[in-house]
Amino acid sequence: MLNFPDLSKTPKIDTVGVREIVNRFCKRSIKTSAKVHGLHLALSMIDLTTLEGKDTPRKVIQLCYKAQYLHNSMLNLPDVAAVCVYPTLVGVAKKELIGSGINVASVATAFPSGQSTLEVKLNDTKFAVDQGADEVDMVISRGNFLAGEYNFVFDEIAAIKEACGKAHLKVILETGELDTLDNVRKASDIAMYAGADFIKTSTGKISPAATMPVTYVMLRAIKDYYKKTGIKIGMKPAGGISTAKQSLQYLVMLKETLGDRWMNKDLFRFGASRLVNDILMQLEKQESGIYQSLDYFSKD
Amino acid sequence: MSKIDIYKTWKYDESLESTSYITLKDTYDLFIGGDFVKPLSKKYFNTLNPATNQSIAKIADANDKDIDKAVKSAIKAFKSWSKLDPKERGKYIFRIARMIQERAKEFAVIESMDGGKPIRESRDIDIPLAANHFFYHAGWADKLEYAFPNKKPTPLGVAGQIIPWNFPLLMAAWKIAPAIACGNTVVLKPAESTSLTALKLAELIQDSGLPKGVVNIVTGAGKTGAAIVNHPEINKIAFTGSTEVGKLIESSLSGIEKKTTLELGGKGANIIFEDAAIDQAVEGIVNAIFFNQGHVCCAGSRLFIQESVADSVIEKLKDRISTLIIGDPLDKNTDIGAINSAEQLKTIEKYIEIGKKEGGEIFQAKCSLPKQGNWCPPTLFLNVSQSNRIVQEEIFGPVLVIQTFRTIDEVIEKANNTPFGLSAGVWTEKGSKIFKITKALNSGVVWANTYNKFDPCSPFGGFKESGMGREGGLHGLKSYLKFE
Repeated sequence: MLNFPDLSKTPKIDTVGVREIVNRFCKRSIKTSAKVHGLHLALSMIDLTTLEGKDTPRKVIQLCYKAQYLHNSMLNLPDVAAVCVYPTLVGVAKKELIGSGINVASVATAFPSGQSTLEVKLNDTKFAVDQGADEVDMVISRGNFLAGEYNFVFDEIAAIKEACGKAHLKVILETGELDTLDNVRKASDIAMYAGADFIKTSTGKISPAATMPVTYVMLRAIKDYYKKTGIKIGMKPAGGISTAKQSLQYLVMLKETLGDRWMNKDLFRFGASRLVNDILMQLEKQESGIYQSLDYFSKD
Repeated sequence: MSKIDIYKTWKYDESLESTSYITLKDTYDLFIGGDFVKPLSKKYFNTLNPATNQSIAKIADANDKDIDKAVKSAIKAFKSWSKLDPKERGKYIFRIARMIQERAKEFAVIESMDGGKPIRESRDIDIPLAANHFFYHAGWADKLEYAFPNKKPTPLGVAGQIIPWNFPLLMAAWKIAPAIACGNTVVLKPAESTSLTALKLAELIQDSGLPKGVVNIVTGAGKTGAAIVNHPEINKIAFTGSTEVGKLIESSLSGIEKKTTLELGGKGANIIFEDAAIDQAVEGIVNAIFFNQGHVCCAGSRLFIQESVADSVIEKLKDRISTLIIGDPLDKNTDIGAINSAEQLKTIEKYIEIGKKEGGEIFQAKCSLPKQGNWCPPTLFLNVSQSNRIVQEEIFGPVLVIQTFRTIDEVIEKANNTPFGLSAGVWTEKGSKIFKITKALNSGVVWANTYNKFDPCSPFGGFKESGMGREGGLHGLKSYLKFE
């Protein structure tokens, strides 16, 4: 039985205070073995993503190869968590990733705008799941949210969750369009109470995409929800995280907000494509002491 | 690359700030007349690293005669310094500010070694703010006539300044910068447990080419301070420290024409209303009381929570303090460093015992403390009442006492019900409530939706037993000038 959250009790968010705490996370000093460990952890949490109008099966095949063999000249690297594609390419990715342990994630529900009917969105979701998607990344209806139609947003998420069946549901809030951190918190609560397994910041199609303040507010929402229900919801910042240093700062924030139990790919993901190579470059530097040219790392 | 077990708990490695670029002498003499001179007392004492209780250096212990020598040198320097073109005065002070920035790292490391505060704070707060105070007051040097139009401001003469151990360099900056910008000369005494950064500042002042004798820095304990206070040729006393010593100073100066500023103790009330941004307020409470191990005169050491949100705030607060990292002040990831001295640790422990006896419910973060040195875990006292000693008296350590309230009038009455009146904090998203309550609080500083924010242009000081006079801003200049 799903309950609509009591939005009158949603905690208020003070933007200045959020910036201050985020700033403190960024000042943690992560060196030597903590750095190497953290970067491996970050790699294992990546949803390697391609979401372009020009995507083709061959492009997706290449990406799936990269997901399994990040950098052949470096031993003992973890695999990424998932490959994220449009529904029409889920079949291709699924076939490529058989037996790899890497999940296939698909965006759905008229991604990225979400401007369509519930029927279309449900069909979109069912198609992706039928094709073999392990995870579905849906978008919320931001227009309705900003118009104050919270029940509409809640019901839509609940319906999509049902259509997902066994597939995990990530709910994209598209925080770049929600304007305030108070809205981010409200949307997070609605999504979690409506049945989201993960809440996710952005589609990557709107600027700003993921930011640390937004992610922090969502992590706090997850914490409060966990205290209340005992259910652990996952978090996925997506878009705009392109450097190894940033990924470590997010991990620090995760560790100090939700604790060690959340420090794995079942509860935290990075939606990113460029991040992988920067992490590889840092790991190479950590190993050899020398920065290598980006030309030594495969661009897929 | 070897296999990393990513399912193992991720821990931060030790990340110690390097001490390789600091230079410390074995012995520090008195800085009088632009030179380091041996004390006439011939006595020295050790300054300890509170994280290890090992001696870092020997410091001269000045007696009456040393103070007299320093005052004479300041009087001599006053003659030309007070007549120097104010623009030139400003240039010297700007130079000191820039040099502090250039040597910021060295100052930060020494501040943490000598005082026990985490390097994150000395690096990001103490040293940059100290430089800012010199920059700010350098700007005023040639604009005093505009600051006080038609009042013909002139300097007082020699200022005797005594500063505490909680923000050693920053307090030196608070005192020296306005004094010399206004054309006075200075005899300054740092606290005996934290003299090193003041003495490094003396070296820097020497390098800056500031005319000899404008700033004299003399070291020692209470007796040395008393010699400054009682010296007949000093025209102004500025003291920051405990209310107890402040009262002594005031009584010894009664009937004597000496301008005085006292910045004393506090027991700041931090008030959380039900309509506050709770998570950020909890962060704010933590910053208000555990900043600098609670060794802050304006610390938010009394917490008032509106009853309707009390349970949730207390739960979040317990949760938060359990994640604070306590340890080596020089580790860049340390949140809470060492208690400044064994003596202060005793005082804090005494109050914790009193609190338990008074029936308060104690909560302490579970954390492993280093074996050597002076340490105290972040401590909360719940279910305390207004009449408890731990609620009334200043503890000056990482101990927060928590009370609840129902209405605005009730909390205003409780917050003001203290001999102190230095600082307070208000947490609410409602602007009108902020204005209503800040007017009613009898505190020199009231922060709204934040805490422990300092700026050179904002006057700082207390009411009642928290002191008299203001430091910083236009108000701070007034106490270093006389008017026609």
